[in-house]
Formats: sequence, structure tokens, C-alpha cells
Amino acid sequence: MADVITRLDPTSRAAARGFSDMTIRNLFIIPTIVFLIVFNVFPLIYSLWTAFTDYRASTAAAANFVGLANFRELLSDPDIWRNFTITAKYVVITVTGQVIVGFGLAMLLNRKIPLKGLITTLLLLPMMLSPAVVGLFWKLLYDPSFGIINYFLGLGKFEWLAQPQMALWAVALVDIWMWSPFVMLLSLAGLSAVPKHLYEAAEIDRAGPFYTFFRITLPLVAPILMIAIIFRTMEAFKTFDHAYILSTQPTTELIAIRLYKMAFLEWQTGMSSAFAYIVLIVVVAITNIYVKYLNKAKAR
Amino acid sequence: MARIEIKGLNKSFGASRALRDLDLVVEDGEFFVLLGRTGAGKTTILRSIAGLEKPDSGMVKIGDHDVGGWTAAQRDVALVLQQYSLYPRLTVRGNLEFPLRSKTRKFTESEIAARVEKAAKTLQITHLMDRKVERLSGGEMQRVSIGRAIVRQPAVFLMDEPLSALDAKLRESLRVELKRLHSDLGATFLFVTHDQVEAMSMGDKIGVLRQGRLVQVGTPSDIYERPLNTFVARSVGSPPMNLINGRMSGGEAQIGAFRLPVSIAGAVERPVTFGVRPENVTLQSGAPVEAKVFDIEDQGVIKVLTLEMGSDRLHVTVPAGTKVGRDEMVRFGWKPDRVLAFDPDSGMNLALA
Repeated sequence: MADVITRLDPTSRAAARGFSDMTIRNLFIIPTIVFLIVFNVFPLIYSLWTAFTDYRASTAAAANFVGLANFRELLSDPDIWRNFTITAKYVVITVTGQVIVGFGLAMLLNRKIPLKGLITTLLLLPMMLSPAVVGLFWKLLYDPSFGIINYFLGLGKFEWLAQPQMALWAVALVDIWMWSPFVMLLSLAGLSAVPKHLYEAAEIDRAGPFYTFFRITLPLVAPILMIAIIFRTMEAFKTFDHAYILSTQPTTELIAIRLYKMAFLEWQTGMSSAFAYIVLIVVVAITNIYVKYLNKAKAR
Repeated sequence: MARIEIKGLNKSFGASRALRDLDLVVEDGEFFVLLGRTGAGKTTILRSIAGLEKPDSGMVKIGDHDVGGWTAAQRDVALVLQQYSLYPRLTVRGNLEFPLRSKTRKFTESEIAARVEKAAKTLQITHLMDRKVERLSGGEMQRVSIGRAIVRQPAVFLMDEPLSALDAKLRESLRVELKRLHSDLGATFLFVTHDQVEAMSMGDKIGVLRQGRLVQVGTPSDIYERPLNTFVARSVGSPPMNLINGRMSGGEAQIGAFRLPVSIAGAVERPVTFGVRPENVTLQSGAPVEAKVFDIEDQGVIKVLTLEMGSDRLHVTVPAGTKVGRDEMVRFGWKPDRVLAFDPDSGMNLALA
């Protein structure tokens, strides 16, 4: 095996620069793999183990194997189900909002307009910001007494984040603001790939704008839009930063927040590992449904 | 009816002028072929007629209407493109129905079904109706694309190199079918191509286009036998017409040291570019000119010889049975009444000037 690695293809660019395959392995591949193992693979396996124990990272006590007890307790806890329900609602609101806003923006941008590049870049800014920072300044924007949102909407001292029913929508709105550009970017790529001659053919065939949209645009953009939806769903499920900063309402306690509290405030390490695995399974399952649709859309 | 008339059409794309003061008339029911190289402005003409391109100036009339301000949808033309432009993810049937389902046309379901059925039969694609268009071969796609054009029964068909993306065999059979379709429908066809064989074999009339200008319009035999200038002469015919520089002298053609008879009326002493098609050059033992066989191309029915005569090379077609070898010296003459004379500077046909 070692000979195979050390043998240098004399025509390769690495050889031309004086790098052997061995050097490349040592310089780039091994560090990456080590990093992956230490920070990804090991925690993944270790947390799977702790999920079946009563381990608490805050004590020196040895972990006892408890079998499926953690899972049983979690799944029979109505509070956990409430967290799931809130999260599901949050995912539906944000992803729907992002697809509508993002795709809408992409449709508007997918034509010849002046300063298109600049406008696109500006629209992409929100998703380049740190979610924690976004949470902090939206908290200011939402502020009932001096927030600019109430000022512009003339809502007086409207409590965006303190009202239990409103808070989730307010948090979701921030997510929509932040991540619609992502959907827009992917949609824009999809839209610009639709051949122009199809639109011309449709025009000659007297297809109306709606017919053209649903018969030509949407089917061709659907696969890439589906990818955007997959990404956003996965991300929305694990939303933490801005939601945690914006609201402490029980009605905005997403699973990631509950998980954080369980793991690092209550120090139920074993229990929270089990919880994390439940979340993982749910996300993988949902993603799989999407992927199935995606493959179907591609196959058609 | 659907006569197409274009007057003084101009169109520029940036610095390049695609069309220059173009006039064109396509009579109702005519199969008109626009022949030109890439960039000659063929597609721009079609798009201007279809309403997909707005000309800088000039008038387009379809039937009795000046359609200048009309949208593509209002013009009621069908456009068939080289890249098929089939609607993706739809079946063949879905594609054929597409134009009939427009809100602006009120067809009943049975009417739609009947029209689609008829188009499918005409184009022999009935067995493909429920197939997704992505699963079709190029020839099938182009049939569907033509089918989509004919279901609407438009008065004008515009075709932008519809056969160019197909392989040679398919091209030939679709060529025949298109001609048949034209005579069945009786509609006006404007067909654009760079392929002179297509132009010659399909058109009732051919318009030869060069750099946004129509050089000559005429029937295929007009274009072939009485080209207006050397450009048209070389545009049609394969191998193309031989152009040989020489001079008229004493009622005969003088080419280098050789003299050949011509029957050009009112010929005066002057330098001339003689044009003669390969099939009008004859190999004969006693013929006036001597040349060396440079190359032989056996095409089955005929052989195409390339003869070398001084610095000139010319093509000659001879029956396939002719025994001749490379580098052999042969003697040739030509049919005097088939020889054209062009002005060496302007390239204009002296007989038509």
C-alpha cells in the first residue's frame, strides 16, 4: 500500500511542483481526517453511548448504563412533545415564508434591471451575518418602547416578543428575513438556467403568464428549489442562536433551546444525548421524504 | 390571407448590423427558403416576423395587417426552432395540446383531441403520445415540435433551421415530409437554412441572404442557372460553381493559353470571370483545354474530379464509370451555352447587369 502511495505520477502537477503524493497526504489529508475524527466522529459515537447512560458531565460519578430509559422518559414527556410541536410550526412558517419571499425576489431579479449585481449582493447580506448578532439587533428593532418597527407601523407599544402567541411569529420573521436570500440565490440559479427559447415558444403559443409559470418555470426550477427547501428545513430544525436571544417565552422554546437547557443548564448529559439522537432521526426522516420528492422531480 | 411583406427592415445588435433595409415578400401559400450563412440575418428576419425581436425600423405585414405593434401571441404565426423548444416534463400529448389550451383560444376538449390526433397522424407520432419529451430522439422531438406548430393551424409557419440538428438520413426524410405537409396545409412557409441542398430541394422560392441584405430572390432554377453574382453562384450547388478568371476575346473565352467557345451575347473584349458548373464541364479526348487530375472523389452515381490547370482548380462531375487516374493529364471542354460571365471586380453577372 505504501508503495502505491509513494509512487509519483510524473505527469501530475504535484510532481511538477515538487510535491509527492505522500507530502500531500501528510499536509492536507491526514490533518483533515484527524480533525473530522476528533470533532465529529468521536462525539457522534460517544454521545450515542452516553444516550444510553445516566451520565452527567457536571459530576465525577461514573456513568451507569440505563438502556432505553432516557428515550422512554423523553418520548413520554408532554413538554418534549410541546417543544416538537413548536418547532414543527416554526419550521413550516419559516420555510414557507422563505420560499415565497426568496422565490419572489428571484423572479423579480431574473430580468434585465440596472444595478442587478449590486442589488443581489445587498439582498444577500442578511445571511452573511452572525445569527447571534441578528438576534441582538432584531431585539432592538422589536423593542416595544423605542423599537423602529412599532414606530413605522404606528403600533404604539406593541409587545412583539412578550406576547406568547406573537413571539413565535416574531422569531420566525427574523429567520425569514435572514434566510430568504439563500432561497433567492438558489432560485436565481435555477431560473437563469431555464432556456429563453422556451418562453418565446410559449409566447407564440399564447400561453398566459400563469400558465407559463406553472408549466415551464416551476417544473424546471422545482429540483433546485427542493434542494433549498431541504437545506432550510434542516437548518430551521436546529435554530438556536437568534431564537434564544430574542425570546424566553415557553411558546418559543424550540427543540434546540430545550436541548441546550437540558445539556448545559440542567447537566443531564445522558438524557440530552438521547434527545439529540431523537432530533437527528426526525430530521433525517424528513429530509429523506424531501430527497425522494427531489429524485422524482428530477426523474420526470 | 397570409402574405408576408417586409419593407425597409433594419436591425442592429450593438455595433453589428443584422439587417440592412431589407425588403422581402412571401406570397400566400408559398414555400420560401431564406438561404444564408451564419450571421447573415436569417434568424433575425424570422424573429422580427414572429414578433420576438423588435426591428429598429421598417415594416412587417402579415396578410393585410401591419403587425408592427403586435405581440408574438397576436400574430398567429408558428415557429419551429432548431433546438425544438419542447416544453419539459410534459408528454408529447401535453406538448401538442399546449397551444390549444391557451385561454385566448376557446377549444372544446373534443376539438383539442381531434386536432392533436390529426397532427400526430400526419407526423406519425401517434405511438409516442404518452411519452415524456425528454425520452425522445432528436427526430421525434422535431416532429413533435412541428406538430405543436400545426395543431394551431396558423396561416404562417416560420422555421429556423429545423433540420440542422438531425442526422443526414433523418434530415432527408423530414425534408420530404415537410414539403408534403406544406402542400397539404397550403399555408405560407418561411424556412431558414444555411444548407443549400435544403434550399434547392424544398423551396418554391429562394432568397439568398448576405450580411443582412437579400442578394437575389428567385426559383431554385433561377438561382442555380442565373445567379445574379458570384456570391449566389457559389452559394448553391455542390460542388460549387467553378469561377475562372480569363478574358473575352474575339467572341471566345481566353483562359491562360487556352481558348474556349462561349455563347455570350454581345460579348466585348474585356477581362471576365467565367462561371461554369461542374456538370457542364466535359471530358473529351479532343477537347481544347488540358489539365491534370488532382483529386478524385467517388460519390457512387458520379465522380467529382478536381482538375488543376495552372494555378486554378476546378471541379468536374463525370459518370461514375469514367476511367481516370490521379495525376493523369486529361482534356476538357464545356457546354458553351452554360457558361456565365461575371465582372471580375463587382462579381455581377454580366448577362443580368
